[in-house]
Amino acid sequence: MSVKSLTCIACPVGCQLEVTINGEDITVSGNACNRGPEYAVNELTNPTRVLTTTVAIKDGFLNRLPVNTNMEIPKGLLFEAMEIINKTLVVAPVKVRDVIIKDILGTGADVLASRSMSKK
Amino acid sequence: MRDYEIVVVGGGPAGLAAAIEAKKNGASSILILERDRELGGILQQCIHNGFGLHIFKEQLTGPEYAERFIVEMQEMGIDYMVDTMVLEVGDDKRIHAMNPKEGYFIVQAKAVILSMGCRERTRGAISIPGYRPAGVFTAGTAQRYTNMEGYMPGKKVFILGSGDIGLIMARRMVLEGAEVIGVAEVLPFSGGLKRNIVQCLDDYNIPLYLSHTITEIRGRERLEGITVAKVDENRRPIIGTEKYYECDTLLLSVGLIPENELSRQAGIKINPTTSGPLVNESMETSIEGIFACGNVVHVHDLVDFVTEESRRAGLNAARYVKGELKAEGHSVDTQAGPGIVYIVPSKIRVDNIESSLDLFMRVNNVYHNAKLQLISGGQVFKEYKKKHLAPGEMEKIRLSKKQLQELGNDLQIKVVVEEVV
Repeated sequence: MSVKSLTCIACPVGCQLEVTINGEDITVSGNACNRGPEYAVNELTNPTRVLTTTVAIKDGFLNRLPVNTNMEIPKGLLFEAMEIINKTLVVAPVKVRDVIIKDILGTGADVLASRSMSKK
Repeated sequence: MRDYEIVVVGGGPAGLAAAIEAKKNGASSILILERDRELGGILQQCIHNGFGLHIFKEQLTGPEYAERFIVEMQEMGIDYMVDTMVLEVGDDKRIHAMNPKEGYFIVQAKAVILSMGCRERTRGAISIPGYRPAGVFTAGTAQRYTNMEGYMPGKKVFILGSGDIGLIMARRMVLEGAEVIGVAEVLPFSGGLKRNIVQCLDDYNIPLYLSHTITEIRGRERLEGITVAKVDENRRPIIGTEKYYECDTLLLSVGLIPENELSRQAGIKINPTTSGPLVNESMETSIEGIFACGNVVHVHDLVDFVTEESRRAGLNAARYVKGELKAEGHSVDTQAGPGIVYIVPSKIRVDNIESSLDLFMRVNNVYHNAKLQLISGGQVFKEYKKKHLAPGEMEKIRLSKKQLQELGNDLQIKVVVEEVV
């Protein structure tokens, strides 16, 4: 059995949740509403995040092109995804939502340009 | 000299939304003047997501949010100039500006919209003692270097201030391979959004030291380390609690100040609490026909709220040009009562309200199970129960035209406390 504390971010109140994990059994306390347990279970079983970062761009108006995954990817894969993104070089011009990397790490998420960028 | 119906100073989210809304409401010639090399303002360096939930009902990154407005503005045929610095806005609505192509020039406007945004407080503003080595940046400067110019500010980072930009940059630095050793906040609570504390600090096990500040900066050429100490309730460092941290980079996220040099020069009345112009229901300043919106008026938490407020400024600038804004009639002065730091707008001319008006305000402390109480003519007019109030989260109250008509000439809003945390 282990006890974890986390802050619920389902709304701005930010309840301090106490989560008790007993094998498959997860109990949550400290929540003011029923969105708390749902948030906590999700965070402890399959936490996911949208990754936003930049890639190098050649001949672009700026030196970096902002990109984001078009859906949440497992939190544990963020740094691995960064390694791939850091090896990527795109060439201007780019249109917003152009696919920069398809299906990154087999997550099903594409890395998209989050702005258009003209040539220098 | 050129003539425009409306000139907008600043092409960030506020200026773009105001210009578009003015055009939609019948203003025929609009010019946006932007100091930077492109439109979009600070959004262009805010590459994280979370923008647009209110306006577009989806999560966008900053650049994506900006691009939607830039494209719409261009399709509408609104004129703009980048790399253009406005030197002076006269109370005669003459705008003096310059850029590398045209040199110095004057534009005559019928109405002006001020949307210059805000600037970060610097090390000088908070007077940290010690050497002045390289490696001390405001968080926003580091954000621009990292996200737009392609330079990493450093390898081992400490952050002072837990405002949203500082939190966002903590995550950003970690993702880009730096080590972030901690965030210190002088107040007993963070001014940042909860979401950012969880997703930018907790996710990466970055410690947040509440009621702590930096008492020394070490390093002659490059930053070598800092001393952090706990502070007492008067924000004074407690002797004996000092701890030294080695680091090569210090980011400051210690607040934003509306950038009102032009407003002050024009003679516009400034609210000392917000450092922004006093505005009425139409977002008009103390000078008739000069409007202001966005972070130049008061610092917002969400760009979505900047957009809403700026649309109101744009709409009313267009109405002003057409002679449809009423200066007379039933007016209500708003007053920040106990627990409230400020209210925007400061004056409501009820006849100018079409259907409803949003009042924006901030509270001075963290409250649980409190009430926002509206008082007019000595009577409680309305109460709103609030489970949670915090200085970092702007409150919004929407009053219908009918409700506004029922008010006397004053409206005080205060926090009624049941429990302070």
